[in-house]
Amino acid sequence: MTAGPLEAHLRGRRDAGRALLVPYVTGGVTADWLDYARAYAKAGADAIEIGLPFSDPMLDGGTIQEASDRALSRGVTPGGLLEELSGANVGAPLIIMTYGNVVYRAGPEEFCKRLAEVGVAGLIMPDVPYDEVRGLSGAALAAGIELVLLAAPSTTASRLERIAAESRGFVYGVTVMGTTGERGALAESAGSVAVRLRELTTKPVLMGFGISTPAQAVEAAAHADGVIVASALMRRVIEGATPAELGADVLAIRQALDVPQG
Amino acid sequence: MSLTLWNPESRSAPPRRSGMDDPGSEGRFGRFGGRFVPESLVPACEELERGFREAWADPAFRAALNQTLALYAGRPTPVTPAARLSAELGVTLLLKREDLAHTGSHKINNVIGQALLARRMGKTHLLAETGAGQHGVATATAGALLGLDVTVFMGERDMERQQLNVFRMELLGARVVGVSSGSRTLKDACNEALRNWVGAVDDAHYCIGSVLGPHPYPWMVREFQRVIGEEARGQCADLLTHGVPDVVVACVGGGSNAAGVFAGFVDTSARLVGVEPEGGAAVTFGQPGVLHGFQSYVLQDESGQILEATSISAGLDYPGVGPEHAHLADTGRASYVTMSDDEAVAAVSRLARTEGILPALESAHAVAWVLRAAGTADLPSGSTVLVNLSGRGDKDADQLARLM
Repeated sequence: MTAGPLEAHLRGRRDAGRALLVPYVTGGVTADWLDYARAYAKAGADAIEIGLPFSDPMLDGGTIQEASDRALSRGVTPGGLLEELSGANVGAPLIIMTYGNVVYRAGPEEFCKRLAEVGVAGLIMPDVPYDEVRGLSGAALAAGIELVLLAAPSTTASRLERIAAESRGFVYGVTVMGTTGERGALAESAGSVAVRLRELTTKPVLMGFGISTPAQAVEAAAHADGVIVASALMRRVIEGATPAELGADVLAIRQALDVPQG
Repeated sequence: MSLTLWNPESRSAPPRRSGMDDPGSEGRFGRFGGRFVPESLVPACEELERGFREAWADPAFRAALNQTLALYAGRPTPVTPAARLSAELGVTLLLKREDLAHTGSHKINNVIGQALLARRMGKTHLLAETGAGQHGVATATAGALLGLDVTVFMGERDMERQQLNVFRMELLGARVVGVSSGSRTLKDACNEALRNWVGAVDDAHYCIGSVLGPHPYPWMVREFQRVIGEEARGQCADLLTHGVPDVVVACVGGGSNAAGVFAGFVDTSARLVGVEPEGGAAVTFGQPGVLHGFQSYVLQDESGQILEATSISAGLDYPGVGPEHAHLADTGRASYVTMSDDEAVAAVSRLARTEGILPALESAHAVAWVLRAAGTADLPSGSTVLVNLSGRGDKDADQLARLM
């Protein structure tokens, strides 16, 4: 299958020698949540992951749970958040992260069509693994949405091969057997997931979960094409940091990744 | 989904075979079920499915399970004809007495099965979620019996409401972890147990308490509860002229006791009725969705956020329902109705006074259906009806004292 626009964009930057950086924001966590996304783009994000909050986020640790609860208690809905994205001109490709029920409730065809209408490029569903994604991949393909699959440290060789082959946009490597959330040190499993994936595919491989500091980002990117940073940023948002301050956080990671390695 | 109750004219129609078989490697019950878990958990679910298939086909495992159920858990439980209440209602009412099982409900059947399986698979630790505490107490019991560590996740709001069960679990040696996220109740305890399982899959088995969760849980838990239906089938054959009751009725929260008793009668002419609490009726009021690893009917708002169930009976307080029940509702093989809190409380008192049996508030929903339906087209005079009395009501005495 030919690469979609998101994959082409990430490949192009990767092939130019850049370590990819995808920061995350929970949609609706504050009234000015889109300003965080814009600040990320200005600070050099290669794409931005936007979480549509779900009441029962099974794979999220405390920080993103709290961000989701805050957004939901502000009364936001997936439809309303997508409406806000429409014409928002954030400045980087957008990837939606949400749980399966949000997509099923709207209807996969309707949901993916709506994502495309508001300018979203990719979709990640952490509770819909490879085996269950088949019913959705047709809807995503038809709408031109690149459906990103996750690979975990426990993923067997045969599954990893299929995930690498079928993931679109990029392959999301989960660093650790656990939930999202900051950790003192990068899990040892991070490197092996990245290495195994890169043996199987030339698609961009981005690592996520527990990547909190510029140093951890550099460490995780050493064996992969880039990183996704979420909880460390959302903790700062919850603590009240402004979009400009979050932009500075992302810039610090960007600059660390841009230092020639080796 | 059909909510229409059985029509007397269709009485002689042969039942359609539907569900209650092996759901295959994808764990599908029609359009429901499946395995909606993070990729990290897929290998653990696959390992569990292999482990269960092997154990279930192994006569030695079945013998060990049956022996434990007999010598430890008090099986078989009797079927008791409810003579006085039957006379008052004009129907023949039989009660399958899961209230007499060890720890006071059918929950023990499943946890002993899963704990034996976990030990066979080399796991040393059981994780469990609990709402009111019944499944947590049962898991703590099985862990103590088999020498496995037990961690129970329980919403902080439930811990406040069920302090005695928290203490019971701790007495049995389990660690109880309060869950402060979301609504701080059962659904959040399920989320937290799943999150913890991701980080502990090598040593830990997640012992789910109902016919819920990712494949193979809905099937496996139903198979561990099938003993209820198989015993009752034989007991009804001895007690009833026609061998099979006209109706088999059970309460449905997640639906494990109902699945167990239905499995014994799904291939007979018996009508199957599941009774949901009005405040947590996923089959009746829910929409198709994905929660806790499976597709089923789920109480949710228009944008897919999960709603909290609100029943007087904590054991039925769940916003989803086992996927096989959703399928049985779709095919029409079982019908699902709702009972109010007040009807359940009235049924506790009626059964206590006429039969000297204090049912759990959960089980009282099934009794309440019989009280409402007897003498109507739903349950004509002279009918025979088997109620699965899934648990005893001692745990509810405080709550009932405040209500009455």
